Amino acid sequence: KLREGDRNAALSTSEAPAPYISVTTHNNFYEFGLGKQDPSRKAQKFRTDPWSVEIAGEVNKPGTYALEDLLGPHALEERIYRLRCVEAWSMVIPWMGFPLGDLLKRFEPTSRAKYVAFTTLHDPEQMPGQRGFFSTLDWPYIEGLRMDEAMHPLTLLAVGLYGNALPPQNGAPFRLVVPWKYGFKSIKSIVRIELTEEMPDTTWNLAAPNEYGFYANVNPTVDHPRWSQATERRLPSSLFSPNIIDTQPFNGYAEQVAHLYNGMDLRKWF
Amino acid sequence: MVLTEVTGRRMKSHARWWLVFLLPMLPLVWLVDRALALDLGADPAQAIVQFTGIWTLRLLWITLAITPLRRIFHWGWLQRYRRMMGLYALFYAIVHLLAFATFILGWRPDLLLRELSERPYIIVGTLALLLLIPLGVTSTRGMQRRLGPKWAKLHRLVYLIALLAMLHFIWQIRSSFQEQLIYGLILAWLLGYRLWKRHRAPVRKPSRMA
Repeated sequence: KLREGDRNAALSTSEAPAPYISVTTHNNFYEFGLGKQDPSRKAQKFRTDPWSVEIAGEVNKPGTYALEDLLGPHALEERIYRLRCVEAWSMVIPWMGFPLGDLLKRFEPTSRAKYVAFTTLHDPEQMPGQRGFFSTLDWPYIEGLRMDEAMHPLTLLAVGLYGNALPPQNGAPFRLVVPWKYGFKSIKSIVRIELTEEMPDTTWNLAAPNEYGFYANVNPTVDHPRWSQATERRLPSSLFSPNIIDTQPFNGYAEQVAHLYNGMDLRKWF
Repeated sequence: MVLTEVTGRRMKSHARWWLVFLLPMLPLVWLVDRALALDLGADPAQAIVQFTGIWTLRLLWITLAITPLRRIFHWGWLQRYRRMMGLYALFYAIVHLLAFATFILGWRPDLLLRELSERPYIIVGTLALLLLIPLGVTSTRGMQRRLGPKWAKLHRLVYLIALLAMLHFIWQIRSSFQEQLIYGLILAWLLGYRLWKRHRAPVRKPSRMA
């Protein structure tokens, strides 16, 4: 059980969260297999203690920090966010965490810091998905945000779920949650955070640049080349009510984040 | 004594028929059981569509494997199950498409139209199923007799159908292509075997004459 954290009602949706069992058995975490239920089955022995994180790049206080020292100073709060997967399903999830921006400020980004690059643990011994020969993805998994996106109050570092510590299949011990972007941006099990001057590479963009952009903002008007993004299936669904709902621009967070992309052609910068 | 031997053989072949007939039903029975037990996860729709899709592919590949296996191992008895396997493939394909339309699209006309007009892998999959239907309809002995030599020509469509089904499968690769590679290699062998046989037959004749 985590320290109690109050719900941040202003930044939470009033929609009903998916049951705990759905959130923890329907996961895309390819390091533990491609099936939605693979991570919940294969990640249970994942070791998250001890865990250290490297803070690198354009900061005044780079270094490798133990997880406790990294997270210790931050008060946790609950945020109920919509999560929209690029595969056109979605869930409502009650995360526990704190804003990424608060953490970054502690390490004093320099004026040259324009982007934040994240890296997931690379440990084929523990992560069977990293051992396969037939993946088009390179390991470790890497993701990135522009500095203003990273500093946005909605951008969360999550350490918990439903008031409990994150289970491994959801990205333990801590992960990113960027609710207005497709789920693959919200990188799991982070071991490295680097502030950079140049736009960092990202895993899915390297694998299929025409299908997955750096920004990956949820956008019903820009389809994935192979499927539509206009609607989504809200999970959990039962067989005879497919729960199809319209996808909202920026996953419903347009009011808070649309201004970040003023003047950008969102078709080009998908 | 001869009589009992004949009856015994007939009973054995009867038992085999029932066994082969019931086996391809098992996956569906398992699926319905899991669905009723609410044991298909948070997204049962996707689970059902994927499961019936992969079994369509497997049964289609099994259908295509019957002729080569029969020839290689001299298993004459296999031939009578080719139609059954083909009809099972059609059956699973229909369940697959109905499950997609019902559980994923909820029969919403706008979504049906969108998927069937804009999504290449949906179009290709639907086309494969549509082509499979006439083969199912003409699979009876009566139709075979009535169509004569045209029947064999018509049923060569199955090669095109298998290629379309394979494309439908490949088009859905997200990151790992392991499964697609395995199914693709098997299909390559199934079709390659036929090409090789066809290629060899006419060559043999002139060499014999010479």
